[in-house]
Formats: sequence, C-alpha cells, structure tokens
Amino acid sequence: MTAAVFFGCTFIAFGPAIALFLFTIAREPLRVIFLIAGAFFWLVSLLLSSLVWFISVQISNKDSAAQQKGLLIFGVVLSVLLQETFRFAYYKLLKKANEGLLALSQEETMPISIRQLAYVSGLGFGFMSGAFSVVNILADSVGPGTVGIHGDSQHYFLSSAFMTMAIILLHMFWGVVFFDACEKQRWWAVAAVVISHLTVSCLTFQNPEYVASLVPTYVILFLMGVWAFYSAGGSLRNLKLCLTCKDKDFLLANHRPR
Amino acid sequence: MANNAEDIENNMDQQETNVASEPAQQPPDVAVTRARSRGSGAGGGDGGGGGGGASGNGSGPEQNGQPPAPRPPRVVETEEDEDEELTLKYGAKHVIMLFVPVTLCMVVVVATIKSVSFYTQNDGQRLIYTPFPEDTDTVAQRALNSILNTTIMITVIIVMTLVLVLLYKYRCYKVIQGWLFLSSLLLLFFFSYIYLKEVFKTYNVAMDYFTLVIIVWNFGVVGMMCIHWKGPLRLQQAYLIMISALMALVFIKYLPEWTAWLILAVISVYDLLAVLCPKGPLRILVETAQERNEPIFPALIYSSTMVWLVNMADTDRPNRNSTDVAAPQQEAPEAVVSPAPSSLSQDDGGFTPSWVNQQEHQLGTMQSTEQSRREIQEMPSARPPVEDDDEERGVKLGLGDFIFYSMLVGKASATASGDWNTTLACFIAILIGLCLTLLLLAIFKKALPALPISIFFGLVFYFATDNLVQPFMDKLALHQFYI
Repeated sequence: MTAAVFFGCTFIAFGPAIALFLFTIAREPLRVIFLIAGAFFWLVSLLLSSLVWFISVQISNKDSAAQQKGLLIFGVVLSVLLQETFRFAYYKLLKKANEGLLALSQEETMPISIRQLAYVSGLGFGFMSGAFSVVNILADSVGPGTVGIHGDSQHYFLSSAFMTMAIILLHMFWGVVFFDACEKQRWWAVAAVVISHLTVSCLTFQNPEYVASLVPTYVILFLMGVWAFYSAGGSLRNLKLCLTCKDKDFLLANHRPR
Repeated sequence: MANNAEDIENNMDQQETNVASEPAQQPPDVAVTRARSRGSGAGGGDGGGGGGGASGNGSGPEQNGQPPAPRPPRVVETEEDEDEELTLKYGAKHVIMLFVPVTLCMVVVVATIKSVSFYTQNDGQRLIYTPFPEDTDTVAQRALNSILNTTIMITVIIVMTLVLVLLYKYRCYKVIQGWLFLSSLLLLFFFSYIYLKEVFKTYNVAMDYFTLVIIVWNFGVVGMMCIHWKGPLRLQQAYLIMISALMALVFIKYLPEWTAWLILAVISVYDLLAVLCPKGPLRILVETAQERNEPIFPALIYSSTMVWLVNMADTDRPNRNSTDVAAPQQEAPEAVVSPAPSSLSQDDGGFTPSWVNQQEHQLGTMQSTEQSRREIQEMPSARPPVEDDDEERGVKLGLGDFIFYSMLVGKASATASGDWNTTLACFIAILIGLCLTLLLLAIFKKALPALPISIFFGLVFYFATDNLVQPFMDKLALHQFYI
C-alpha cells in the first residue's frame, strides 16, 4: 500500500469519468448544476435505503451472521430499486422544469436538451455512486498495511477500482437509455435497465471471486454502452465520420471563436 | 435586470449572514465592531442597491456604456419574459461563479483538517463566548452546557447586530471602518502566522524567524491592500477564500462539538428571522440604507466582478472588489449567511456615496467620484452589448456564508465516523442548498438569507450519513458488494 496504489486505483476508478467531466461538462454551467443535482438525488435514494436497512437490522437478530448477510442482500436489492425510482423521479422533475422554462421563454429550443440531461444526470449518479463505494477504500490505501494478510484476496484495491469504473460508466449508460426509454414510452427498456442494474449488483455478491463478478460486469458494460450509443442517436456511419474527422456538424458545433 | 436585482439581494443576504461571533481570541471590541460592521454592511448593501438604482438613472442612458442601473421592478418584469432563457443561462453562470469559491474554501478547510492535527486537537481552550465545557459526566449535563453555550453565542451575535444597526443609524462610519481594518489586520497576520506555524510543525519544516517574518509580513500587507484598497481580482478573491478558511478553522478548533452543531442550526434560524421579519435588525438596516440611498459596506463580501471594469478607461476608479472583501474577520464572527452585514464593513476608505452607488450596480465594487463617473459615461461605449452585461455582471456572496459552510464540512470531516462519505454528502448538500437559494432569489427577487437551506441540508445529511449510511456502506465495502 503506497502512493502508487493510491494514485493508480484513483485514476482507474475515476479517470474516464473525470475526463468526461472535463471535456464535456465543465465548461457549461447548466450541465454542472444538473450533474450535482443528479448526485444529490442518488444521495437521497441511498439515504432512504440505508434507513430501511438500518431499521431492519435493529429489529433483527444481531448475532446470526446468516440473517445479517440476508438483510444486507435485501438492502442491496432495495437500494438498487430505490436508485432507479429516483432516476425516474429526476426524469420527471427535469421534464417539468424544461417544459416550464420552454413555456416561459417562448423560445424554440430549450437551453439544454433532454439527451444532454440524460447523460449528465447519469454521470452525476455514477460519480456519487462511485465516490461512496471507493473513497474510503482509497483513503485507506494511502496508509500503511498489507493487503489480504489474513488470507483475503490480495487484489482488493485493484478489483474495487475496476468495479467502480464499471459502475460509474454503467450509471451513465443507464441514464441515457432510461431517459430515452421514458421519452419514447418504452417501458420494457426501462425494465431492462432496472434488471441489468440488479444483475450487476447481484454479480458482486460473488466477490472475492473477481473473475466471476468483473468479467460479466464488463460484458454488461459493453452491451449497455452500445445500446446507449444507439439510443442517443449514434450509428456506424456517425462513428466512422467522427473517427475520420469528417463529421461536419460536430466540427462546426465545437468550433470556438477566437 | 433580474440578475442585477439578484446580485444586489444576494449581496445583501450575504452580508447579513456573515454576522458571527468572533472567537474569544479576539478582543470584545473587535467582536462589537464586527456586529457593527455587519449591520452597516447589510444596510450598506441595501442602500447601495437603492442608491445604485438612483445613481444609475441619474448617470444617463445605457448607451454611454454605463452598467445599467437597477431598473425599477416593472421594467424587470417586462424584460423577464424576453430574457428567460438568457436569464437561465446567466443565472446558471452565477451559480457556478459561487460554486467554485465555496468549493475551494471547503477543499482548503478539509485538506487542513485532514493533515494538520492542530485543528482537531482538544487543548482544553475555549472561546470566552462558550465558557461551559462539554466533557461532563452525564449526557444531560453536556446537552445543558451546549445549550447554554449556544445561547451565549447567539446573544452576543444579536447584541452585536443591534449595536451595528445603531451605529449605522447614527452614522458612526469611522468606528465601523476602523474596526473592520483592525479585524482584517488580526486575521491576516496573527491567524495566518499560527496556521503557518502548525503546517510547518506537521511537515517538520525547519524555518528561521527571519524568513517567517518576511513571509507573514508580505502575506499580510498584500492581503490588506487587496482587501481594503486595490488589487488584482483573482488575488483578492484568493485572499477572501483564505481568510474565510482561516476563520472556519478557528471555529472548528475552538467550538466544542455539540455547541458547534447547535450554533449552526440556531444561526440559520436567526438568519431567517433577522432577514424576513419586519422588525428584524438586518431588515431595519437594509431599509435604513435604502432610505439614505447609501452604499453597502464594500468589505466582507466575496465578489466575482468582471475584470472588464478595471479595463475601463477611467484610471480614477480602483477596483473596489477588494474592499468589499475586506475584513473577513468580521465575517467570521458573524458568519450568518443571511443579510449578515459582516460581509460589509463600513470601511469607506475614501469611497464616496456616489462610488458606492455605482458599486451597488451589478458591477460590484467600483470606487469613483461623481466626476469620474460622468467622464466615463460620456466616453464612447467600450462596453459589451447589453446582453453581455448580464454575463459580465458579477455575483456576490458574504464571507460569513463561506465560513459557516466550510465550518460544517470541516467539522464533518473532522469528527464523522463515516469520514469521506459524510464529507462528500455534506459538500453536495451545501451546494444544492446554495443552488436552491439562488433559485429562490431569482423567483422572489428580495433579500433572502443564504444560510438556512444549505445549513439545514448539510445538518440533515451529516447526521443521516453518519448514523445510517455509514454502517450500511461499511458492511457493503467489507463484503465488496456494490449497489
């Protein structure tokens, strides 16, 4: 446990998310605000689920380890469901706010589109979720110690970091797909998002069998990424144009006046 | 215009909130001065706003490139519909302009708390305002002691505010000015010396007194200049942030735990009452200042006024931003977010009422005489078009707000068992509270206290995260379950 472990794990966990933030969100004040509001909504959902879990633990048998583990699993499932509920609530709030603003301003376009909001709110959820999962672990990794000295896995920090990165990106993809599905009233897609979130969380029950939990998680991450890409309006053609720097709309939109 | 009103009201709010009791280390007269400055600050703010409007109208049409004076409400309303989207964008920009310094202040406080153990040690020292100890035998005794401490502290704050209102009413500006000067002197030299000393101790840096004296002297003198006179905008802002952080650290160190939380809660309530009740001292201050058409204290306010002000051709006008920011000490004691005058010290320092009026206008502190303003007004407009005015306009926040926000987050990082989770939760809660406050300000367009919402969210999230979320996350991390 050294500074190398700390910095390495921090960059693994938060690198993509911070890069996304710096390049796409940091310059737009409105997006930053909605990102922080998304983080707040995730926090409230966590608070509620912790409250329920706490109450259930207080009224349960504290000596039985099996019961405690069962309650923990119940807590995880409840937390996932509450998170998705709050994502839906956030979507409703944003729709209302956007409609209100549109009506007031009599403008043709909203200052921020629902797709951007989906991306930003998903990333907000992801940031907060990742931070709460891994920050204490990172703080511990700076101090002295030996990982897994009592026979536990030696890859604790590394696996935590990779899992966190997957979760953050997954939240972002879930946000995009979720909002798009709500917009188009495709409730099966919403259910698919909830189920995939549950799947990812339940996969972590297999830890410390990291291969069994991380590999499927990354497969789900890739699939969700592709789904989010297509639901956000991407296509193979767009991708090709973007990669060969021939996408005129993108170039024009990002042209900054000198 | 909406933004203008916002800013001015924001200004007023901030000033009032900044009223906070000074730690015992500072002499009582300083504390008193603080109260005065707080009151005058609040009054100044309002007066400035009103005066700004008047002077704005008097200076001439906008075509001269003058910042638009605060227009009367009816004008604001008619423009509102047209500029709704622009208002939203610029409102968001103002929110971010406040997020960044608040975040920086909190980061400084949390970083110091985590690394320098001095500020979390219990040396047994207490402020004279909180004489009752909290290491008692029974919980009931401890609760009683903390309630008594809080009562004393709040009484001191109320008394100081009333004295400030009285001083402002009877036009004792020089007293307030001198007190603000003294306060910032103490903060910039003495407290920063202690801070530096503790940092050196922590990192085991050997430093001779000669070098130390030179460093502290330069830091202090440049700080005094930036805050009370002229200085680059960023430097002034940096000094304000540093001073708020220092004050918050002092509070974190010297206030016992339960007392600190109680004080935070009660000060938010006091802030709410003082600003919104018709007979509240801060409201009286504001109204008095408006009657007299006087500007608000320039000090004790963090301002993000645009640099283009300084680029204006008139060389007579120093950048008043610094002066606004002056006397953070006063902020510290008063840290009441709402119209805490603390942010405004009546350090006129040569600011004429006309200057203050000008300053009141969105552009923040600008010191100019009637003459220079007319000159500027007559000059060809070098200002950006009207739409950009909103964008260029700065936003102000009282230093007391900074101090209490940072104090909450610092205390969370110092004493919470959930550690970083609790700190993060409080940080997000405070930012959201600030966002909501600014939103309410945009909707109601009147003086609103900035402490209550943020502190309420912060407290709720602190206790909830520390007691409910932390055990849950702990267990999850143990098994490496992810939610």
